[in-house]
Amino acid sequence: MSAAPLATAGVSVLQLGAVMTGGPLLYGLMAKVRARAEGRAGAPIRQPLLDLRKLAGKERIHAGNSSAVLPLAPLVLIAATAAAVAIAPLISTRPALGTTADAFVVVFLLLLGSVAVALAGLDAGTAFGGMGASRAMTIGALAEPALLVAVLALSIQAGSSNLPHIVLATLAHPQWVASPERVLALFALVIVVFAEAGRIPVDNPSTHLELTMIHEAMVLEYAGPELALITLGEQMRLGLLLALVANLFFPWGIAAAASVPRVVLGLAVLAAKTAAIAGGVAVLEVSMAKLRLFRIPEILSAAFVLAILAVVTGLVVTP
Amino acid sequence: MSATLLVGGLGLGAAGALAGAALPARARVPAAAVLTAAACVASFAAAAGVLVSGGTIRVHSAEILPLTGVTLSLDPLGAVFVITTAVVGAAVSCYAAGYPARSMKSRAAAGLLPMFITSLLLVPAAASIATFMAAWELMALSSLLLLLTGHRRPEARDAAQWYAVMTHAGAAAILLAFVLMGAHAGGQSFDAIRAYASGLSPAVRSLAFVLALAGFASKAGAVPLHVWLPRAHPEAPGPVSALMSGAMVNLGIYGIVRTGDGLLGGGELWWWLTVVALGVASALFGALHAAASSDLKRLLAYSTVDNMGLVLIGVGASGALAVGGHAALAALAMVAALFQVMNHSAFKGCLFLGAGSVQHAAGTRDLDCLGGLLRQLPATAALFGIAALSICALPPFSGFASEWLLLQGFLRGFSAHSAATATALLAGVAALALTGGLTAAAFVKAFGIGFLGQPRTPAAAAAGEAAPAMVAGMALLAVPCVVLGVIPGTVMPLLARAAGTALGGAPPDPLRAGSGLAIAGSSDVVQPALLTAVLIAGLVLAWALVRVRVRARARRTEAWGCGRELQTARMQYTATSFAEPLQRVFDDVLRPDRDLDVSHLAESRYFEDALRYHSRIDDAVERGWYRPLIGLASRWGEVARRAQNGSMHRYLGYGFAALVVLLVVLA
Repeated sequence: MSAAPLATAGVSVLQLGAVMTGGPLLYGLMAKVRARAEGRAGAPIRQPLLDLRKLAGKERIHAGNSSAVLPLAPLVLIAATAAAVAIAPLISTRPALGTTADAFVVVFLLLLGSVAVALAGLDAGTAFGGMGASRAMTIGALAEPALLVAVLALSIQAGSSNLPHIVLATLAHPQWVASPERVLALFALVIVVFAEAGRIPVDNPSTHLELTMIHEAMVLEYAGPELALITLGEQMRLGLLLALVANLFFPWGIAAAASVPRVVLGLAVLAAKTAAIAGGVAVLEVSMAKLRLFRIPEILSAAFVLAILAVVTGLVVTP
Repeated sequence: MSATLLVGGLGLGAAGALAGAALPARARVPAAAVLTAAACVASFAAAAGVLVSGGTIRVHSAEILPLTGVTLSLDPLGAVFVITTAVVGAAVSCYAAGYPARSMKSRAAAGLLPMFITSLLLVPAAASIATFMAAWELMALSSLLLLLTGHRRPEARDAAQWYAVMTHAGAAAILLAFVLMGAHAGGQSFDAIRAYASGLSPAVRSLAFVLALAGFASKAGAVPLHVWLPRAHPEAPGPVSALMSGAMVNLGIYGIVRTGDGLLGGGELWWWLTVVALGVASALFGALHAAASSDLKRLLAYSTVDNMGLVLIGVGASGALAVGGHAALAALAMVAALFQVMNHSAFKGCLFLGAGSVQHAAGTRDLDCLGGLLRQLPATAALFGIAALSICALPPFSGFASEWLLLQGFLRGFSAHSAATATALLAGVAALALTGGLTAAAFVKAFGIGFLGQPRTPAAAAAGEAAPAMVAGMALLAVPCVVLGVIPGTVMPLLARAAGTALGGAPPDPLRAGSGLAIAGSSDVVQPALLTAVLIAGLVLAWALVRVRVRARARRTEAWGCGRELQTARMQYTATSFAEPLQRVFDDVLRPDRDLDVSHLAESRYFEDALRYHSRIDDAVERGWYRPLIGLASRWGEVARRAQNGSMHRYLGYGFAALVVLLVVLA
């Protein structure tokens, strides 16, 4: 590692700041696109940030029968997501701890956050919390394998599961972006992003009907600053997933060195790429209806099969 | 020095068994516990010495077993299993000292538990057919008798029957395999067999491997030979089930590695592809049943099937790569498999001990009747939680480190360019990926339904914390879950040495030195210690973020009830309802029996009087494969009974007929 530790640490902090503000803004952008498509003016894009600030100043309220898990879960969610953001190559290929930025680490850090939130859903001992946790874990149990195998397909192509290594190898071999295994893995990952981020064909983040809720049902008992943390955690997760998809499948613009102009450029390009994907996701969301719960396994198993096919084509095509 | 430690350890274990059986009621449990723990410490030291120095301890005594003598030889491969058993054994003896169940305080149980632990320590050190089979049978019989301490319950008797049949069929298969390998070896020590087996014809070698695989895979709980495991492990008392899942199943893996890689020297590709296939079937089947089960100990038992499946995939991949001439890749896969064995023993031992405490405190192990135990058993719940996070492979706990190594093994194995191996690896990857999510669902259910929420029954509400000795036993196993997760690199050189012994030759070290895990010659690195630091920093910062703006203590109010005024514990999701969506998704594999009885009021068919719903998930392998076999055996018994009707004339007739046939044949 030739890059100064201070510069790489700076990149990590910058990435953290970018995802912490960018995640909520992406949520706002998606809501805005949705509103426009439906013929409404919609709230301003920065509305999620305003909501977070409002929630952060409110009183802390816990459900009567809850234990220490309830206040602990948002912290674990934030810490796990933040750790993933700090090590992943988002703005620069040289974040601090970039050597330990393994793709599987990111996958399991995301799982750590999901498990914490699901346990929180069961903590208060209500019907809705259990329902949300059960559904979320069912969907997670099916999305997880697709994510893992898709990541493995990318790692096999690059010969390493180190994320900066994969990004750099893609930059060195631009033809990989159009290779069949990349395309198959991309489709699998996009389906997984819809599931992991709780977007429309899988879950509806803006529903107000408890019986159709998945993620919202788990966090019904949260209020005030802890709700702010949970919401921020979910928004950061979406930001991280979109940024990873952008950089793994279209890495151009990422800063290969830790110099200031390159990093600023990297930040701008990352914002543009994720905003474009978020817009696309929002358009897809508007054009689809939410699936019935027991139809979701079908699209997730399709994602799993696509990911397996990505590995297979990778083995057959690349000698 | 090391030989003295090993022999001394085994002697202490025997003394523990004697003390447990001979001393008066008050003294026997603590005396046996202290002696057994000392035996575990001594064996641990001996095995650690072997691993660090890379040497081998050899002991031979002609006096102990008549005719054959006892031959012990502890090499680095055996040492890994002795160390694992020693840690679980020490934790279990500590736990058993405080275990309040009367059945475990009897003379028989107090003597059998040290004997079981000693036999588990002895098996990996045995180095001749007679010594190995004696230790193996001692292990099987002592665990069977310990299982029968619950003989008043019909389920325990039933489980013991299944276990007895399966373990003896397995032992017979293993013995046959040894006979095939060593019939003319000119000695019955493993060294003699190894030298002789290389000259055997491929057909005999393959037959010997298949027989050994059947015997050892049934001990490891591999599907379809697992049927005894989800019955016996839950029915055994807490300390015994922890030993069975934490130490005994490992020895099945040990046997496969020892015979396949060691005695038979690697063998053929299809052997190892079979091992991978067994592993894939076990991993998927075990994970699915664990996700669907609502009985805490049954869930853990199926999760053992799942984890042993993952280990078998690693062992099979390692064997296949070794056959293909990829020594470094084979060593990596073997290190991953051995590490998974070690970690599984720690977290599953801890989970089973926790389940034992819960069963004792609440009087049931049915998750649907538990809930809210975090308040009643805080220490047990916290330790159970650590082990559960570890088994879900969540960073920074130990399960993640071994799963990462397995994934790296697969990732690299694909570069071996063999179609058959690549197909097996692909199946392994798919199984590993699918079990990951299912395991998370299973353990969110186990912890979330059992320890969080509100108590579902008065017994669960009245449960009290386990005795300090029991908590200490669990803590002893929770420590490696954290330590091996944060600094896994420290044990890697030792495991690499063991893998080298297992595979023969001297494969290059697959990992670079360091506290984290770094694959040699690549950029694949994971540093869990750094990751832990980042996670802790994140936790503290997020906590500060909440507390800086809002300083007041949290106000307690009622949970959201959708407008309902009354909320009771019965309204919570149960384990069954939690698992229902997954069960529905995997309906074709699990094939649950569902029954809905509706009875109507006499006055009108439009009004229901009562609804009764049954749902039960049986083991599909047991129902589809074993039941017909048992039916066949009992029909054959009926036929035999007809031939044997008690008539003296008929028996004389059989004798005469046999004589005539013999004369005709021999003439």
